[in-house]
Amino acid sequence: MLHNDSVKSVSLRDPQINFAYLDERTKRMIRRAILKAVAIPGYQVPFGSREMPLPYGWGTGGIQVTASIIGESDVLKVIDQGSDDTVNAVNIRRFFQRTTGVEVTTDTTAASIIQTRHRIPETPLREGQVIVYQVPVPEPMQRLEPREEETRKLHALQEYGLMHVNLFEDLAHYGHISSTYDYPVLVNGRYIMSPSPIPKFDNPKMHLNPALQLFGAGREKRIYAVPPYTTVESLGFDDHPFEVQRWQSACELCGSNESFLDEVIMDDQGKKMFVCSDSDYCSKQQVTP
Amino acid sequence: MMDLDTKPPLMRVQGLSCAYGSKTVVRNISFDLWPGEVLAIVGESGSGKTTLLNAVAARHTPSAGQVSFDLRDHGLQEIYGMSEAQRRMLARTDWGFVHQNAADGLRMNVSAGANVSERLMALGQRNYGQLRAHAIDWLERVEISPSRIDDRPNTFSGGMRQRLQIARNLITQPRLVFMDEPTSGLDVSVQAKLLDMMRTLTRQMNLAAIIVTHDLAVARLLAQRMMVMQNGQAVETGLTDQVLDDPQHPYTQLLVSSVLQP
Repeated sequence: MLHNDSVKSVSLRDPQINFAYLDERTKRMIRRAILKAVAIPGYQVPFGSREMPLPYGWGTGGIQVTASIIGESDVLKVIDQGSDDTVNAVNIRRFFQRTTGVEVTTDTTAASIIQTRHRIPETPLREGQVIVYQVPVPEPMQRLEPREEETRKLHALQEYGLMHVNLFEDLAHYGHISSTYDYPVLVNGRYIMSPSPIPKFDNPKMHLNPALQLFGAGREKRIYAVPPYTTVESLGFDDHPFEVQRWQSACELCGSNESFLDEVIMDDQGKKMFVCSDSDYCSKQQVTP
Repeated sequence: MMDLDTKPPLMRVQGLSCAYGSKTVVRNISFDLWPGEVLAIVGESGSGKTTLLNAVAARHTPSAGQVSFDLRDHGLQEIYGMSEAQRRMLARTDWGFVHQNAADGLRMNVSAGANVSERLMALGQRNYGQLRAHAIDWLERVEISPSRIDDRPNTFSGGMRQRLQIARNLITQPRLVFMDEPTSGLDVSVQAKLLDMMRTLTRQMNLAAIIVTHDLAVARLLAQRMMVMQNGQAVETGLTDQVLDDPQHPYTQLLVSSVLQP
């Protein structure tokens, strides 16, 4: 099912296109935004998001961040919902192969930059790695407070009562906090941040992570970051603390009990199986159980 | 009366003027408001009542004059001299603001319970059980059945919304509430019930209030003192009964005599 792209040795780089597609001044502008974002963990830095050769919602923010930080010696991994071989991942990987010619991989440990949509790899990240998240909605309070002028003020004055209104609603209607993805976090004890639509299962992985975590929202024109070893705390109530989801079964391919599982429908009779969403992790578990 | 000489007023307004561009809509208003006192501001539409209310509630920066509030730990402080963070903190703890249209003061897309508890959560209360108990207590105090706690305000009637808005404001035990036409748009029986409830609550909590209204009956029922405004100026102030029973200014006389008697 999985395979490393066979293009490792042959550079596919298109000489007509500037390295990593964006022009150098744009990359510099985005790098400045990234530096600011790293300096103020969790703060949303506005940046001049560019038109990219794919539509908004396909990861234009993440792509611009990756394009600005990638160098010729980098090794890139791209995942979509944990998997290396889904449409979004394949296309973004091909985009960077064509515009940079860098080495690509599906191996989490071999990658220096991991661009992700909706997951954090199961294999723990290490120092020196960068994980780039694709963010659709950077503002965690947007649902209850649509005025951006107001949400910026709420961030500035650290008025975060609204976030708990959201959780309160969940508890009132379902008896438990039903948000399962994009679960809001408090970064470095200061800014409330949307972790992008990763499952809340992945939230604890952000806490004190040795890798640099960068978030790019292309349509909303925002970049934010969590520097290595920064506290990331998921919100909750004293009597209803944050919890991650658990499954009744193990992965049917690798037998893992620790990973985030996808429910896959097998046939028209509704037969289903649970498999790891992280395809790289799953295949490694199958080799060395 | 002895208290009045020694303690500072709860709020002191001095020489307040508000202008929209070159048009001055509030001119040189001064008054003191004492703890537990209810002041009604009456006048016709366009007389500057609401602008005055917004200016003293730190919602509209005045063009001249001062508004000072007696902070719990710092005494009388000019509110426009505070930092915005302090001012907003004050507005959501020691103050309340009841809007004419309840939809402006409520979050219509979250449950009544969350609406009532929001201020407590903003102050850092993080125990869901306690927050909910508190919300139920307040819903009962404003005569909303606790069984409606998980319903959204858009399923509530106008009167219930207005009571919910009051509960949402009073849960932090504020000392001053601003009300902008709290009863207009409600039918008379609902109005009476709301007024009765507000009178009880202000007495119980020793709550001071500034109520903007064009309804003299509301002023009569709730307020100890009233201010009559015309063209942005306070043309007459005094005890409510005195002003209504023996109006001195021609405009007040006109206002009082225009009330329809059923």
